[in-house]
Amino acid sequence: MTEKQTYQGTGDYIVSPELQNSVNISVALKRPILIKGEPGTGKTVLAESVAESLGLELIIWNIKSTTKAQEGLYVYDTVQRLYDSQFGEHDVADIKRYIKLGKLGEAFSSEERVVLLIDEIDKADLEFPNDLLWELDVMNFYIPETGETIAAKNRPIVIITSNAEKELPDAFLRRCIFHYIEFPDDKMMEDIVKVHYPDMEATLLREALKAFYWLRSVPGLQKKPSTSELLDWIQALALGGIDPAEISKNIPFLGALLKKNQDFDLTLKKLNSQGMENMPPQRRGGYVH
Amino acid sequence: MFINFFFALRKEGVPVTLIEWMTLMEALHIGLAGSSLTQFYHLARSVLVKSETHFDQYDIAFQYFFRGIEPPEKLLKQVTKWIENPLPPYLFSEEERDELIKKLGKPEFEELRAQLQELVEKQDGEHHGGKHWIGTGGTSKFGNAGYSPGGVRIGGASHGRSAVKVAAARNFVDYRSDETLGIRQFEMALRKLRQFSTRLDGPKDELDLEATIEETGRNAGMLKLVWARPRKNTVKLIVLMDIGGSMSAYAQICSQLFSAVHKATHFKDIRFYYFHNCIYDFVYDDDGSYLHRTIKTTDLFNMFDSDYKVILVGDASMAPSELLQQNGIIYWDKDNEEPGLTWLQRVARRFPYNVWLNPIAERHWETSYGAQTINIVRKVFPMYELTLEGIDRAIKKLMVRK
Repeated sequence: MTEKQTYQGTGDYIVSPELQNSVNISVALKRPILIKGEPGTGKTVLAESVAESLGLELIIWNIKSTTKAQEGLYVYDTVQRLYDSQFGEHDVADIKRYIKLGKLGEAFSSEERVVLLIDEIDKADLEFPNDLLWELDVMNFYIPETGETIAAKNRPIVIITSNAEKELPDAFLRRCIFHYIEFPDDKMMEDIVKVHYPDMEATLLREALKAFYWLRSVPGLQKKPSTSELLDWIQALALGGIDPAEISKNIPFLGALLKKNQDFDLTLKKLNSQGMENMPPQRRGGYVH
Repeated sequence: MFINFFFALRKEGVPVTLIEWMTLMEALHIGLAGSSLTQFYHLARSVLVKSETHFDQYDIAFQYFFRGIEPPEKLLKQVTKWIENPLPPYLFSEEERDELIKKLGKPEFEELRAQLQELVEKQDGEHHGGKHWIGTGGTSKFGNAGYSPGGVRIGGASHGRSAVKVAAARNFVDYRSDETLGIRQFEMALRKLRQFSTRLDGPKDELDLEATIEETGRNAGMLKLVWARPRKNTVKLIVLMDIGGSMSAYAQICSQLFSAVHKATHFKDIRFYYFHNCIYDFVYDDDGSYLHRTIKTTDLFNMFDSDYKVILVGDASMAPSELLQQNGIIYWDKDNEEPGLTWLQRVARRFPYNVWLNPIAERHWETSYGAQTINIVRKVFPMYELTLEGIDRAIKKLMVRK
């Protein structure tokens, strides 16, 4: 490593010391970091924060179910070349003109070191991660059409996110640093909400968080509310001018938090029969403050 | 020996490989763990463990291996007093560090622990800047703000809870894959159950774009279309569910499995049938409370090919007579000419791709009240527990003929 860089988090993104540590480990060991976690725990935003904190450009490669590994390296636009050969506008002999670098190719050929985000890698075909193994390991690839080798001028910092929709291949996992983003605890959540709504009234926020964590602890929910739903809900509470004392009694705007009918019924039943008193002890994550 | 941590992990079922172990060694060599056990805990976890479902096992192995490394309470207080007035941290250069590693060797925690205890017993006061006694700013393996490649940090600027305590808290027990699960996880597990049609049968009705371009190119630019056979999932599935009395305890998990299978759209065909405790010459066609629509088991054999895969869901716990005797069926108004076991064996023979999912955890199979019948049924069908890991293994089994 020519220069020592450490990631320290940015103002608008609250990062746990563990995650910060994992990012720095992956940078130091020059291995991709694989980020998993519940939806809404800020997996994608992490890459933006890393790029901003280290002052590097961010290249995002969004993976879809149809994405092929090859597209990340380069695409040979044969159709354009065929078209040109018939209508003769350009020199067809120059194959280079028809090679378009993909996101990975772009990251390799960049003059500066970059942060490369491979977002939601689990969306792609099962074999997709394996197809990228070699390129991510040696940080170069060969284009047979032109006889060129694209090698990374500066090893990019590779951040990969996954929603665990598919198991990733073992060979791929062996080469990654792994971090699981835990769902934030109430203290950390308070910080996160404050980043988004700095002027939020303290009692409202406290009551809202209490109700939110109670809701998440209701057993049998099919979809637990996540951070983004909490943020929407809190804004709705503030805009609606709800009295903080009301929140724990009947959870106004419950529809902003729960998106499934069964969850809705279940929660109301529980709320009416027991209220929020029987709150089970909260699981604490390994956070340090 | 430190390598024993590796074996402790593997013993707990964390799939660690040598490649990852070497990566950890590399990380330790460049000093990423500092000399703190907490940092080491996180470093080793991010390098060695690749799924949150194994965090809990990691915690157990860590706790097991490093328990006792943390100094006991009384010891800690005494030592903390010695290092209350620290020297500023001494920073080592690369060369110095390498030399130190050469001199002191790689960390060996068991040995360190013994040494620490011995030292504390011998040491009688504060020591700072030295290289042997417990103190600050020195290169002794014990103390604070100093550097020793395999040392134990004692007290001082701890970054939160101690690693062994974090491990002991077992925060990740919820993520274990052998815990039972929800619909979505079921769906994900079922997605693995797929087998694509070969390129040899079926009509060619999908445009092969790559080949079309290739052929058009060869054809001097005149369009030439190439058609291919599509690849589709060919898995056909029969699910047989036990809805007998003893199953009501597992009603929720079974209904989750049911809705997950029902929602799965990637199968060529799915059929559901139901039975009470055991299959006899008939099964039920609906799961309503009436249970009057029955269908002959032999009809099932005639209706479906042997390439249908069969998943049986049930606790396999019943009175032995229900399984082994004529007229052993639980309903007094019905009787069966042949024992249930014979019918189970027929199902297994007719559909060679079969598994039995049991909501009772595997560790109770030998001791639960249905142990006797469970063990008989297990000999007929490969049995797996109804958890994410169990389903994974079951699906792998379903893909190959017994």
